[in-house]
Amino acid sequence: MNYQYNIGCSLSNLKGIREFVRNSLKGEGVSEVDLSAIVLALDEMCSNLMIHAHHCNPDHLLELHIDVPARGKIIFEIVDDGSVFDINQFHEPEIDNLVHQKRKGGLGIRLVKAIMDNVEYLRRNDRNVCRLTKDIKL
Amino acid sequence: MVHIKRIQEDGADIISVIGEIDASSSIELDLAIARSVGEGFRKILVDCSALEYISSAGLGVFMSYIEELREKNIPMVIYGMKEKVANTFQILGLADLLHITETREEAKSLANELSV
Repeated sequence: MNYQYNIGCSLSNLKGIREFVRNSLKGEGVSEVDLSAIVLALDEMCSNLMIHAHHCNPDHLLELHIDVPARGKIIFEIVDDGSVFDINQFHEPEIDNLVHQKRKGGLGIRLVKAIMDNVEYLRRNDRNVCRLTKDIKL
Repeated sequence: MVHIKRIQEDGADIISVIGEIDASSSIELDLAIARSVGEGFRKILVDCSALEYISSAGLGVFMSYIEELREKNIPMVIYGMKEKVANTFQILGLADLLHITETREEAKSLANELSV
């Protein structure tokens, strides 16, 4: 199965992303706990890209693809143009430091890495592709 | 979309968070807690029984108040979280940094204990 959703870079569109991910994976045998975590990870990745790579410009588009090549494996790709926001290059701050500095950010990347099995970046047709892979226990 | 209501009960400010908190709506939670602190409440309870979703933006708001509330000796207790919401706190290991209970009564008595 293969699904695609195009979204403008406005944070008000995050709800639509969550609904798209949830609806697309409905029949794939994913448990509610896993599904909620996956929805969260995609929300985090897309909001990070919207904020850091696109400065919330609603005219900039993200393409979200979901591919289920085999049962138990889900591949998400977020395709966009512009600067790359590579979370593998970003060292997430320690939780204690966040508390001490009263910072509100830095938790999203930690969530994505905890939830997804693999996060990689590639270039395809001169566009940025962020690929997230999740292995599901069925 | 999130809707926030505040009511006062037994000297505590109770902030009810209804709906979903993501990067577009976390500012609402932030403002509500800031108002509660600004108005001088000595106990803050956050009712999450109608909270359906929280992303890191919302978690970050709670985190950002830990130090300030500790300094001012204002206990903040979060209660009534659904399992799917509690799970997000657990993935990050934040449950140990925040005061969390299941019911409003438990939240009240914990806030009372902490403010002594």
